[in-house]
Amino acid sequence: MSITMPNTGVPAAEALDIRPTLTKRALRFCRREPLGTFGLALVIIMAITGFTAELIAPYNPTANDFASMTEAPSWSHLLGTDQFGRDLLSRIIYGARTALIVGMSSAFVGGAAGLVLGVGSAYFGGKLDLILQRVFDVVMAFPLIIMALAVVSIFGTGVHNVIIAITIPLIPRCARVVRASALTVREVPYVDAARALGFGHARIILRHMVPNVMAPFLIMVTAFVGQAVLAEASLSYLGLGVQEPVPAWGLMLQGGAEEYASTAPWIAIFPGVAIMLSVLGINLFGDALRDALDPKLRDR
Amino acid sequence: MYQYIIKRVLLTIPTLIGAAALVFLLMRLIPGDICVIRLGSGGGSFDPKAVAACHAELGVDRSYLIQFADFVWGFFRLDFGTSMWSGKPVATEIWARLPVSLEIAVLGTVVAIAIAIPLGTISALKQNTWIDYVVRVFAIGGIATPSFWLGIVSVLVVLDVTNAVFGTPWMPPIDYVPFWKDPIRNLSMAILPAITVGYRYAAVSMRMTRSAMLEVMREDYIRTARAKGLVNKIIINRHALKNALLPVVTLIGIEFAFLIGGLVVTEQVFNLNGVGRLFVQAVQNQDYTLTQALVMLTVTVFVITNLLVDLLYGWLDPRIRFS
Repeated sequence: MSITMPNTGVPAAEALDIRPTLTKRALRFCRREPLGTFGLALVIIMAITGFTAELIAPYNPTANDFASMTEAPSWSHLLGTDQFGRDLLSRIIYGARTALIVGMSSAFVGGAAGLVLGVGSAYFGGKLDLILQRVFDVVMAFPLIIMALAVVSIFGTGVHNVIIAITIPLIPRCARVVRASALTVREVPYVDAARALGFGHARIILRHMVPNVMAPFLIMVTAFVGQAVLAEASLSYLGLGVQEPVPAWGLMLQGGAEEYASTAPWIAIFPGVAIMLSVLGINLFGDALRDALDPKLRDR
Repeated sequence: MYQYIIKRVLLTIPTLIGAAALVFLLMRLIPGDICVIRLGSGGGSFDPKAVAACHAELGVDRSYLIQFADFVWGFFRLDFGTSMWSGKPVATEIWARLPVSLEIAVLGTVVAIAIAIPLGTISALKQNTWIDYVVRVFAIGGIATPSFWLGIVSVLVVLDVTNAVFGTPWMPPIDYVPFWKDPIRNLSMAILPAITVGYRYAAVSMRMTRSAMLEVMREDYIRTARAKGLVNKIIINRHALKNALLPVVTLIGIEFAFLIGGLVVTEQVFNLNGVGRLFVQAVQNQDYTLTQALVMLTVTVFVITNLLVDLLYGWLDPRIRFS
């Protein structure tokens, strides 16, 4: 039973313009977007396994056990073992952490940089806009794998450099979209009003423009997390990303997975399923978020 | 319109020069020296004189500015020089690997279009029915599935199925045979990689087709067409699909340009000797000329595709042409 205003029947929250609490809004999201909730659940599971890997992983993910090599899934090794006898379930649990760290940090750093550059480019316009646009063109024309290959060749492999390699190409993609929405926001009277009141550029950008491009920005950053997880897996698979012994899903598919594919298919199958489920979760959540934040886009 | 075309064409030049500068800089930032790699393959120490002679031979002892000018001038004359690693002309090296990659890219695109446009349209027309849900789940699965994993699993399935049916496991061939020489062998090599590449590509295009179609079906001119009693088939084909395909064409074009990057992984999975492989080898060997040429090739494909897509847009959409 919700509280209504006397005589009108309008919910009090709406009549008094009180925004519902975060919990209520979250519950409404779950009710309206069952697929998105499922996606969110997948993401939460991934996050929990990633952060509590030490507590829930049944084995040490890097410990070789030559007594039980390429063992099929059983009660002692739920997802089987790889060619070094390492427990696949434990490696996948620890791999979630790597995927999360790389995916989240690339998406947020790339997104934040793109947000600043995109809004700045739209707000200042003129020469700066023109130059930034050309720079974005160049970076976007560069294939991601090639950029990553160069970054890794310069700085070496490892988690931090993978993050750099994936972040760089995400920046112009984000900046493009943000710039397009910021251009329309710039024409809105309240920005002129803010300027007339003599506010500084930083204040106008941060307080008046950025909040209004948040919807497309959040949608994009969510999609970026999925793309970054996939990119990390591809790079690690190519040997350009995370290196042994750090457990990473892409790395688990490298080498042994192909060699033992016909005799021990579980080595090749489970890490891929892990990648797929996590990216699926992120994308489902992202789609639902898009619908919730931007009702105009609903049903697309 | 002509002004627009000229402006668009001229805008590609700074992008190309920027990309040239970026790859030039990146390659020189990579620590190591091709001459040391070439001379040191036998191990042990080597003569600094030999290294200097090698530098002079490859022209890497000149100032960066001259090297860069040389590279850009060569690019505009379509002369990419010789590979620093093999000594063969860069064009020959790329030409030898291009057919494999190109065939997979084109086949992948065909697979994508063949899946995306019909399914996307049906999904939009039957919105919120079980068909729509199946198509959407299929599409979102395509975006979430890593293509290299799909490749590994598809080879695994082919191996197991052929083993069960014929008694001997069969693997797709890895060497390239031109289509006109042996079409069956050629296709049996290219079809699995094309499907693995095409699935993701189809998924992205399918979502775009669906959303564009949904938007167009709400337009006033569709209602007008219905009101004047046109047959549903004509409304969908002539009025809706033609307009809905605009953003899809853009997406297909841009994704095709990005495909080169995706091929690096696919060729690795299927052990194919294409341009993607060559790319990785060139960077690892510090082969400046070959890497630069390959980057410029991909960037040019990207820039030209973008240009064509923009121009095609103008042609397909009279509102852009006349504005």
